[in-house]
Amino acid sequence: MGFDAFAAACCAIPVLVSVLAVRVAYVLCRSGLPPSRSRASGLRCLIVLGSGGHTAEMMNIVSELQKDRFTPRYYVAALTDNMSLPKAQVYEKSLIHVEGDREMIIENAQFMQIYRSREVGQSYITSIATTLRATLHAMWLIIRIRPQVIFCNGPGTCIPLCASAFLLKVLGLGWSSIFYIESIARVKKLSLSGLLLYKLRMADQFFVQWPQLQQKYPRAQYAGRLM
Amino acid sequence: MGDRERRMVFVTVGTTCFDALVKVVDSEEVKQALLQKGYTDLRIQMGRGTYTPSKDKVKQASGNSNLQVEHFTFLPSIADNIREASLVISHAGSGSIFETLQLGKPLIVVVNEDLMDNHQSELAEELAERNHLLCAHPQTLRATVEAMDLHALQPYIPGEARPVVALINEFLGFPVD
Repeated sequence: MGFDAFAAACCAIPVLVSVLAVRVAYVLCRSGLPPSRSRASGLRCLIVLGSGGHTAEMMNIVSELQKDRFTPRYYVAALTDNMSLPKAQVYEKSLIHVEGDREMIIENAQFMQIYRSREVGQSYITSIATTLRATLHAMWLIIRIRPQVIFCNGPGTCIPLCASAFLLKVLGLGWSSIFYIESIARVKKLSLSGLLLYKLRMADQFFVQWPQLQQKYPRAQYAGRLM
Repeated sequence: MGDRERRMVFVTVGTTCFDALVKVVDSEEVKQALLQKGYTDLRIQMGRGTYTPSKDKVKQASGNSNLQVEHFTFLPSIADNIREASLVISHAGSGSIFETLQLGKPLIVVVNEDLMDNHQSELAEELAERNHLLCAHPQTLRATVEAMDLHALQPYIPGEARPVVALINEFLGFPVD
């Protein structure tokens, strides 16, 4: 009996590992290619607001988005950031006058908070524990929202969310296109979040805001500045 | 004195703690340099710093003008103060930098050398190289003020999100409009 279980495990584990490896390879190859689905309805969007300058840059993108294509919109900000969500709420309220139907807009935009993986200045060692907590919370949010499009521009808040979305893709539970726009403050080097997403090839499209940065990271795209 | 035009210098550190900047702005040498350049008011927003600048009026060493000094921890609207200012001296946060540039005010960015991950100086240095602002360190602020020629600064043309959003739309298979 014990031997049977051992033999079964010996067979099952390599199979599982290879299936996972194939899925990871598939997701990596598939990333960067346009999703194949009909465009009849809007895309569920996850918009990660990174606080301060990050939020200002992200809201510039959001204000350019075609609201009928990118809907509903789920805004996420760090628990310790009490400035970002009000900014998004003010913006979403301003759309009500444009489009009129109040209930519809409220349904189209939701606002939530998330644990932060790393505070500015926190040491890299304690970051491991806080990142784990943030990842579990992020996983739950991603499973709840099931975003089809993710917009992020750093800092650390977006990493657990992108990793969870990636895991969902590997498990075949949903597909999302990830767009990362590196902050305008990064002129010569990518941020830690940007570098992770770039190296792990998790972002479908990766934008930088300075041409000299694009030359250093050729898979990135440069399409002007946001500010 | 009453008939002289009011020219205010607004110093802002945002929500950060940047005592080195507040201290140097509060120094006699920098105040004299500002007086020499014809500024009449100095308003310091000191954020979470613990150093409290002196509130006294400063008399010009070689002349009879005065520099009125006031300080606040936080202000309800940074934008209103920038609008009112003739010169902005700011920390290197991108929010303060672009708010000032977009309001078209002359700007000296002072880099905080005490920050662990000091990527912020990258942006200030790049924009200084493009002549949109002046970049200084706390110990060079006085020299920067003394040597500055604000007419040589180039106006900053704001960027826009449209090209990025167009590429995202294209990627997702939406028709480009």
